[in-house]
Amino acid sequence: MNDSTYYNPADLAKFGKISEWQPEMGRKFFDYYGEVFKEGALSEREKALIALAVAHVVQCPYCIDAYTSDSLQKGADEAQMMEAVHVGAAIKGGATLVHATMMMNKAKELSM
Amino acid sequence: MLCSARFLFLIQFSSIPLPVSLSPTKSLHAQHHALADSSYQLDVLNPAQTAGAAFPAFAAKLRETGLLPLRPTEMTVLQVNVGKMCNQVCKHCHVDAGPDRTEIMTRETMQQCLDALAKTNIEVVDLTGGAPEMNPDFRWFVEGISALGRTTIVRCNLTIIVANKKYHDLPEFFAKHKVRVVSSLPHFAAARTDAQRGEGVFAKSMRALHMLNAVGYGVEGSGLTLDLVYNPSGAFLPGNQLSLEREFKQRLSREHGVTFNNLLAITNLPVSRFLDYLVESGNYEGYMDKLVQAYNPTAAANVMCRSTISVGWDGLLYDCDFNQMLELPVARTASQHIRDFDLESLQARAIVVNQHCYGCTAGAGSSCGGATA
Repeated sequence: MNDSTYYNPADLAKFGKISEWQPEMGRKFFDYYGEVFKEGALSEREKALIALAVAHVVQCPYCIDAYTSDSLQKGADEAQMMEAVHVGAAIKGGATLVHATMMMNKAKELSM
Repeated sequence: MLCSARFLFLIQFSSIPLPVSLSPTKSLHAQHHALADSSYQLDVLNPAQTAGAAFPAFAAKLRETGLLPLRPTEMTVLQVNVGKMCNQVCKHCHVDAGPDRTEIMTRETMQQCLDALAKTNIEVVDLTGGAPEMNPDFRWFVEGISALGRTTIVRCNLTIIVANKKYHDLPEFFAKHKVRVVSSLPHFAAARTDAQRGEGVFAKSMRALHMLNAVGYGVEGSGLTLDLVYNPSGAFLPGNQLSLEREFKQRLSREHGVTFNNLLAITNLPVSRFLDYLVESGNYEGYMDKLVQAYNPTAAANVMCRSTISVGWDGLLYDCDFNQMLELPVARTASQHIRDFDLESLQARAIVVNQHCYGCTAGAGSSCGGATA
């Protein structure tokens, strides 16, 4: 593996090691993480698809890797996964565009 | 010949991309593929003999769990592989089955199975293949099993029911003998099923499921059981069996008007065509690592080889259908052919294990009956 890049797929498997330098916070985080992804009011598959969408929005390669595998494993298909990413993209695009109302307000304020 | 094939494999294994993909209509056997050779598959699985990464020996893992030597519990299932002939050529098939395979169990060997059954209390006979229904003596065999008062499971690929007129009445035949039908359907989305099992398989499977439903299979209160088998269409482990079952039931009923009883989630084992897929797609090491990391002692204690004996098309005995395809027969201390079936020596045997066994002990465990832990 090329060491001269910031991201290395092999590092994903080392995620748990972040606890080594701060065990207490690490343990609390991973307990919480595990609890969040358990089947609850939302199914495990729905949670995996939400995580997949968010992974794209925050553009985290580790998360995209992990939640693509997880979505497949939880029985999601390609169409569901792509729609989930579109939901993320729509919110991200919408978040940009809805701010255009500020631009419009400001422009109107400054214009004759 | 074999040596040059091995050389080719090493090139592929060092992940130089080759524009070669598995022909979808031929078995590895018919392609004279290196992985058609079971001893070569074992070479690949045992990294000491290849350039691959080393995974801990499965036997050592069992020893840690206190299960070595692996001993049988009570024998409850006789699994009979009645032949490798099949109307489909699925990409993950551990049998390397297909229309070009001619190995088929004779009526004489079936009679030896019935004789062995009569001497024991084994309740269930699990018929597999290939497409078991393509064996010309399939119905004769099922009738014989019924006459002994035992239950038959048929691992029906669904499409066989609509493949030819002579198979259209299979649902009625199954119902008459209260055969438990277990059928593969890797996904409720047509594209994911067809990617694994072949173009058009999903649509034909839906037609066959409607025919099974029509005679009462999978319908509440009918007493006729129709289970579906989910296995991943790729290099990942199956998800939670119950949650997949819920999703399958909802989608199949809503979109196709199909009902069934249980969903059995089965892990793909790195044997034959699935092994070939893993190697060719560069997923072999990653997949083996997933299996090893997910080793579950409870699943190890519940592996199906402890309560099953597997009979090959030629009557030879194996610990499971995977060992059968890897040509790893039961230990020599036991009777090795169905004609010499001896329950006592079989119950005293040590089960033969190898690296592929990690497939049955990963996560929630895997068996022909689905999850085990």
